[in-house]
Amino acid sequence: MTTASTIPISTESEAPWQLPYRGTVGMVCLIIAEAAIFAIFFVSYIFYIGKSLSGPTPREVLELPIFGTICLLSSSITVHWAVAALRKDNIRSCALGLASTVLLGGIFMVSTAEEWYHLIYEKGLTIRTNLFGTTYYSLVGLHATHVIVGLILLSIALFTALTGRIKEEHSEKLEVVSLYWHFVDAIWVGVFLVVYVIGR
Amino acid sequence: MSPATRVMEAVDETQAVKRPAFEVIYDWVTTVDHKKIGIMYIVYALIFLVIGGVEAILMRIQLAVPNNHFVSPQVFNQLFTMHGTTMIFFMAMPILFGFGNYLVPLMIGARDMAFPRLNAFSFWVSAFGGFLLYFSYLGGSGLYAAGSAPDVGWFAYAPLTAKVFSPGHSTDYWTLAVLLSGIGSIGTALNTVTTILCMRCRGMKLTKMPLLPWLYLVMSGMVFIAVSPLTAAQIMLMLDRYVGSHFFDTQAGGSAVLWMHYFWIFGHPEVYILILPTFAFMNEIIPVFSRKAIFGYPAMVAASVGIGFISLGVWAHHMFAVGMGPAGNTFFVFATMVISVPTGIKIFNWLATIWGGKVIFSLPMMFAIGFLFQFLIAGLTGIMLSAAPFDWQLTGSYFVVAHFHYVIVGGIIFSLFAAFYYWYPKATGRMLNTTLGKWHFWLFLIGFHLTFDFMHIPGILGMPRRIYTYEASRGWGTWNFIIGVGAIFQAIAVIIFAYNLVRSYFKGDIAGHDPWDAWTLEWATPSPPPVYNFAHDPTVNSRRPLWDLKHPEEPDSDFE
Ligand code: HEM
Ligand SMILES: [Cu+2]
Repeated sequence: MTTASTIPISTESEAPWQLPYRGTVGMVCLIIAEAAIFAIFFVSYIFYIGKSLSGPTPREVLELPIFGTICLLSSSITVHWAVAALRKDNIRSCALGLASTVLLGGIFMVSTAEEWYHLIYEKGLTIRTNLFGTTYYSLVGLHATHVIVGLILLSIALFTALTGRIKEEHSEKLEVVSLYWHFVDAIWVGVFLVVYVIGR
Repeated sequence: MSPATRVMEAVDETQAVKRPAFEVIYDWVTTVDHKKIGIMYIVYALIFLVIGGVEAILMRIQLAVPNNHFVSPQVFNQLFTMHGTTMIFFMAMPILFGFGNYLVPLMIGARDMAFPRLNAFSFWVSAFGGFLLYFSYLGGSGLYAAGSAPDVGWFAYAPLTAKVFSPGHSTDYWTLAVLLSGIGSIGTALNTVTTILCMRCRGMKLTKMPLLPWLYLVMSGMVFIAVSPLTAAQIMLMLDRYVGSHFFDTQAGGSAVLWMHYFWIFGHPEVYILILPTFAFMNEIIPVFSRKAIFGYPAMVAASVGIGFISLGVWAHHMFAVGMGPAGNTFFVFATMVISVPTGIKIFNWLATIWGGKVIFSLPMMFAIGFLFQFLIAGLTGIMLSAAPFDWQLTGSYFVVAHFHYVIVGGIIFSLFAAFYYWYPKATGRMLNTTLGKWHFWLFLIGFHLTFDFMHIPGILGMPRRIYTYEASRGWGTWNFIIGVGAIFQAIAVIIFAYNLVRSYFKGDIAGHDPWDAWTLEWATPSPPPVYNFAHDPTVNSRRPLWDLKHPEEPDSDFE
């Protein structure tokens, strides 16, 4: 049995038809959704500043994580280099850019781990201690989770670069990953301001 | 520029060989085809519609006469919680996403969604959420203590959900189920936006896109901004319950009102997330059966975007009774009332489309007209509720229940039925039976009005929501009996509808590819459309490409 139908198609040559790259659009959507999730955690943090019924307070235990912050923010620059290098088909600089990004992100994670160790074992602040602990660990922890996901993605990209499987035509895809990484960095600026500047 | 046409031959594969059942099931479970996923969404939502409906009938039986002891207070709490949660998260959302999944790629001339695997993932995640919710009946506190389903209401107000007030795992099932449904919704919304922005066929500029994809675009955008906060709130609630954090723990200084805000930041836009796709169905159905192009296309787009934006800023009209202070109340009263402007624009445009058209009273059109009336009435009671003093009197009463069921049943469900009658021929190749359809329509219409018109009255007489029984001396008995009868009518109508769906699949009249003489691209494919939809990528020059094909002497493309 066959069914016939008609669809309009054009025989004449037409103006070029260009649509955005779907990886980019998808990532932008994801970033909007994630930003909304972070916004709710930020609101909770701000709403509960100074409302804990018991200590310790942020002023007593928090120190400015300057070094980690510098590392994380500069990794935005290195990932940008990596993408730019790939666009020029320069695989070696691309791999170098990716490697430094992973390294800088890794240093940031180590500094966060140290901070948590210090808070938990020396200051006795856990997620159950008080509202500060609750909001602090959930917000910073949510961000750290995103850093880890980003590091995994970047490491996969680095691996393909080192084994020589990454090509110029993959630059759009790498750009999507870098978009995510820039987002993670931007969120950190917010976390830094809210937790370490306003919150103290 | 007249578009050339080409005849497409497609062999109907289903007729070719009979395959073993296992293979067929395997095909469905592993499919990434947007049409199959769409149908799976719809079937799964229909199953939950029946489950939620049974819960509703049980509640109405319990309330039909005073001093009834048909179910216990505990079971009643579980019933309204499961009913609300099921209907919103596992019926309405998935069924609308199902239609979107099925229709959006076809209407924009694409071969599939932008990310087919993400599409399958989103479906299975949210379906799993639904099963998990009902698993609570078995798993709550073990198989033998059956019936430990969630009982905290579909809004799960804090601190009712705290470990002390809600021991056991029923609330954990609720929060996990809702979380999974949220992840699925965000995934599908992301897919929908990307599909619409990146996969349109040649010539389909955003200004030439049919209204249905437009509204799904706005709706998906709202999902990012409204469902994500709910997901965040569920994460917090889980942290509270599992690791002992204090977000909503009033004993440790946490705030219960914060939960209300988070819930309604989701909850209010949610009703517009549900209503926008139903507007989208109207935008396709009303013009076709009025034989006129939609009136005011740009205004329709603008109004939808406007509704999307405004609805994000009015959530706290659900919280007037909490005591937000005069400034908060005033803001949310006015913000709420502003929504009626774009909504009014839409209603006027539909009426203008019908006006002077050659109206054909087919089943989709009958349901569409029912929708218009009932949506209008629901909007009016909505305006009444948006006045804070009025709301203080009636919030928590049956008046509010009547209002939002007017929107959800009288609006969303009616337009869904219209969409079923309209697109069923496309998806199955068979028409739904008209006689059964008319029985369905009239019984459901009468039942709906018996139930929800009369529900306003005990509300005004002071009958609170969520009580499991009441004294005869209150005088609410007669009204509740009528309400119950109406509910039975609706149930019978839905059974007829279900029978029609199944029967017509095997015995319905053959539909052909364009039974309604319609204008959008999905009707250019065979019914049901083959895998990958279009053998040749279409090109369009106007909003009604098939009109241009059928009427080369006066194509739309000359006017737009
Ligand atoms: C468009 C679809 C709509 C849906 C699905 C819907 C649904 C709902 C639901 C579920 C509630 C119950 C809240 C609760 O459980 O406490 C509600 C309450 C309310 N609705 Fe609607 N609604 C819609 C439209 C409107 C409109 C158009 C307005 C006003 C212009 C409106 C104003 C209100 C107000 C003020 C309340 C608060 C009642 C209260 O909490 O006492 N709604 N609505
Ligand atoms: Cu609302």
